[in-house]
Parts: sequence; C-alpha cells; structure tokens
Amino acid sequence: MNSAVANVRTIAKRELGGYFASPVAYVFIVIFLLLCGFFTFMLGGFFERREASLVSFFLWHPWLYLFLVPAAGMRLWSEERRLGTMELLLTMPITAWQAIVGKFLASWLFLALALALTFPVVMTVNYLGDADNGVIFCGYIGSLLLAGAYLAVSCLTSAMTRNQVISFIISVVICLFLILAGWPPVTNLLVRWAPEWLVSGVVAFSVIPHFDGFQRGVLDSRDLIFFLSIIGFSLFATGVIIRNLRSGH
Amino acid sequence: MIKVENLVKTFGPKRAVDGVSFSVERGEVLGFLGPNGAGKSTSMRMITGFIPPTEGKVFVGGYDMVENPIPAKRMIGYLPENAPAYTDMTVNGFLNFAAELRGLRGEDRKKAVNRVVEMCFLEGVIHQSVDTLSKGYRHRTCFAQSIIHDPDILVLDEPTDGLDPNQKHEVRNLIRRMGEKKAIIFSTHILEEVEAVCSRAIIIDRGKIVANGTPEELKQRSDYAGAVSVRVLGVPGETVRQRLGAIPLARKAAIVREAPEYVHARVYPQGNQRNGELARSIAEVSLKEGWKIEELHTEEGRLDEVFRAITLPDTVKENNR
Ligand SMILES: Nc1ncnc2c1ncn2[C@@H]1O[C@H](COP(=O)(O)OP(=O)(O)O)[C@@H](O)[C@H]1O
Ligand SMILES: [Mg+2]
Repeated sequence: MNSAVANVRTIAKRELGGYFASPVAYVFIVIFLLLCGFFTFMLGGFFERREASLVSFFLWHPWLYLFLVPAAGMRLWSEERRLGTMELLLTMPITAWQAIVGKFLASWLFLALALALTFPVVMTVNYLGDADNGVIFCGYIGSLLLAGAYLAVSCLTSAMTRNQVISFIISVVICLFLILAGWPPVTNLLVRWAPEWLVSGVVAFSVIPHFDGFQRGVLDSRDLIFFLSIIGFSLFATGVIIRNLRSGH
Repeated sequence: MIKVENLVKTFGPKRAVDGVSFSVERGEVLGFLGPNGAGKSTSMRMITGFIPPTEGKVFVGGYDMVENPIPAKRMIGYLPENAPAYTDMTVNGFLNFAAELRGLRGEDRKKAVNRVVEMCFLEGVIHQSVDTLSKGYRHRTCFAQSIIHDPDILVLDEPTDGLDPNQKHEVRNLIRRMGEKKAIIFSTHILEEVEAVCSRAIIIDRGKIVANGTPEELKQRSDYAGAVSVRVLGVPGETVRQRLGAIPLARKAAIVREAPEYVHARVYPQGNQRNGELARSIAEVSLKEGWKIEELHTEEGRLDEVFRAITLPDTVKENNR
C-alpha cells in the first residue's frame, strides 16, 4: 500500500517536472490566464453585471477548457508510446494503475495550479463588493472537477494513438459532445426522431447542468459523483486500452 | 533464475514467437541470436512482463510473471530495444526516477546513481538533457537505468546497437563481468559479440529455436569446422588441389584463392574429426613435394556461416514460394 502511494508520487513528480522542463507549461498558463481575463471582462460583462459574483468568470470555463485541457493532456500517453518509454515504465515493479493515476494526478495538479493563479479575480470581487466566498469556492471546485473530467477524456484519447495531434482532436470532439449533449438546440434535434430513452441518455452525459449546480453554490453529491464517474470511467478505459496495446490486439 | 516454457505470441495470424523454451542460471550469459523479425524482442518483452504471452509461462526467480509480476519485475533490469528514455529529463533526473521506482530512497538512491554513472561513463553528461545526448550516451543512460538496482537478472535487447567500436568493447566487458554473478540474456545480430561474451547461445528464426549450445558447439556445426586452410607459394592451384585431395584423411580439397604468387586451399576432413591429424598429413605431403608453406591452420568453424546455414535456406524458400 505504502509503495503504491510512493510509486504514484514518483510518477506524478516526473510528469509534473515534464511540464515545467519546457516552456510549454508557462505558455499554457499565460494563455489560460489571458483567455480567462478576456472572457470574463470582455465577453462576460463582469462590470456591467454590477454584482459581486464570479458568474461571468466561470460561465466560460467549459468552453475555455474545451481546447486547453486536451492540449495539456494530449501528451500523457501518446508521448510515452512515441518515445518507447512506456515499455520502460511498465516493466518497472509498478502496476499500470499506478502509472495511469500518477500521470493523471500530475496533469490535474498542473491544471489546478493554473486555476489557482486566477486568484486576483477573487480579490477583485471581494474588493468591489460583498462577495459570497462560499459560492466562489464552490464554483472553483466545480471548475476543477470539470477540468478533471476533460483531462481524463484526454488521457484516454492519448492512450489510443502515438500522434498527439490526433489525440488532441479526438478529445476535443468528445469534450464538445459532453458540453453539447444537454444544449437545447441539440436535444431538440434529437427529440424529433430519437426515442425518449436515448434523448434522456444523451442528456445525462451533459456536463453543463452539473457544472451549473456548482456555480449556484450548491454542493450536490450527484454532481460530484457525475464528474468523478466520468474521471473513473475514462481512467478505467485508459487501463483497458493500455492492456490491449500490450497484448497486441 | 529465468525459466521460459513453451512461449507463444501471436499477432493476428502471425506467430511472432512460436514455442520457445529455455532457462538461464546465475553466472550464465545467454546470447539471443536471430535475423531481424525473428522474435527476439517479442520474447524479451514477454520475459520482462511488458506483454503477456499468448501461451506458455515465464518464471523469474521462481515467480510467475503473469500471476505475480511485481516481485518478478523487481529482480529484472531491462534495456529495451532502441534504448528509450524520457527526452525532457536530464540524465541525472532520469536515473533518479528509475532508482525511485526501484524503491531506492535517500542515501541508497544517491549511491546507486553514482555507481551506475561511474560504471557507464556518464560523468560528463550527467546534467545534460536526454534529447541532446548522442546515441551512444543515450544508450548508456538507458543501460545505466537497467542496472541501477543491481538486479540478479538482466535482459538486454541489442545492448551494443549504435555504439562505436570502443563503446561496444566497454559494454561487452561490462556484460561479461556482470555475467559472473547474474543471469543475463542479451540479443544481438553481431556474431563476434556472441563469441566474446556468451557462455551459451540460442539461435531463433521465425519464432522458433533452431540451435542452442555454447559458441564452440555451434561453431562445430560449421562446414569449415576441422577444415585445414593452407597457403602454398609458387605451385599451380590444380596441382595443390589434386595432391591434397588425395590424402586419405581428406574428404575433398578446394581452392579458395589463386594469386600469381600463392595458392590458398582448404582441405575438408572425412567425418567430423578435428584433432589436427589432417594438418599434420598436409605438412608431411608439402615437405615431400618440397612446397613452400606460408600458412597452415585448422579452422574452428565460423559462427556467421552456421548462422546463415541455419536461418537462410528457409527464408529463401519462403521468398520463392
Ligand atoms: N505489436 C506488434 N504487432 C504486430 N506484429 C508485431 C508486433 N511486434 C512484433 N511484431 C512482429 O513480430 C515479429 C517479431 O518481431 P521482433 O520480436 O521485434 O523481432 P526481432 O527483435 O527478432 O527483430 C516481426 O515480424 C514483427 O513484425
Ligand atoms: Mg528486436
């Protein structure tokens, strides 16, 4: 048990170091912060709202993450496959799960760090008015979980190919589906021909209602479970893909 | 230490490894020979637990690699083909990472890293990023990773591939030295390497073991084994061939090369004897004829010739089909 934790930590540490060994991490963080600012203040009408909340800040996260999270996650396994280091890693005395979880946690931590660097916006609302920091905290949790869900999907797609670009594109498409599944224009389209159960099945995959729950300041265990199960399922599927890769099917 | 039983690996309809069995004990260096695509790397991937066998079993230090992979993997150091390494790390970072995954902590880890850096001559590049290393250094970095925990078993897939002659020499010496206390399997298609390093060699072709023995035993299978090579000055080739071919111990004599000033002939013995009697008879004949002999020796047989003889005809057959 102890050694499992130690292995996960060793792998996560290496992966996180990998982000910061190149300028990619810094470029990523700067772009993330710039886009956050742009969406919040320009498109979100932060000031026009005249309320001390971060609604306009969180509103855009599902779209912002749509491209940024797959960009951060696309290298996770595809790079391992391209370099051949997967063979090295998986012949170490560790389980594949420890490697999958370690790599995922490292990237998630990296995204959490980028998200944490948006703290000036929290200070701003607190300075401007009487903000409800409980709701803001809840919003951050929701945002982090959303990033984790997208990341787990990217992890899955990065195991499917050794080409990072393909991995990126597939994961954007899947994440886009997760956003659009509950979007009225899409559901209306489905309702016309699809049976009831299919429509509700598709809608159930939508991240937006669950994400909105957090933004209203409601910590609903169902929303939590939703995101955690997307993460769990995607990581499990990653494990299956890696096992199949190794057995050569 | 390593026991492999009837190992099979199929990729779709292709049987990449087809019923391979052998074992390696401590103190043995087993050379894994075979043409490209013979299934050497695939076998090694199964032995090290990277890919599961389709059929058959791998035991490492008594542990079944499929049922009990963690303790089995602990005993092995592995250098995969092409020596992969994380390009975004420094040599030092990479070796520390490997040491940590091997369960080495604190002072032990430092010692282990220093030891392999010294053994593999990496002092000069220790703080360099892996993607800026020359191929030889990257190879040695990955090799260093495989011995960082001083494993009982080493599996090395083409450990001298891409090295210059001096580096090859160093790595061979290292393998031979470590082979005294460990069980080592290494694959290669360089035949001198087998003679220089291995205590035993297995030749594998299209997934099957086609020969298994010490390098000396394998060389015995060569047509040349026991043949006597002779160089005579100033005598016509045909005369030499006929006279030497008539020796009772000789099966036949052949001209290898006829130059204006000398003739190089090879005399093959009857049966499989190689006790030097044929060479003595040839010396006597030459003396009687008054030939000037420049060179006379009994050949040991050549591994490359055995290798070709075993692995080539079928390939040719396949191509003609
Ligand atoms: N993952 C794989 N999928 C399909 N075929 C493979 C795979 N790995 C190896 N092979 C095939 O198995 C055969 C043996 O390959 P390999 O073990 O790499 O040979 P060697 O190392 O002796 O050159 C080759 O024909 C190769 O094409
Ligand atoms: Mg190979």
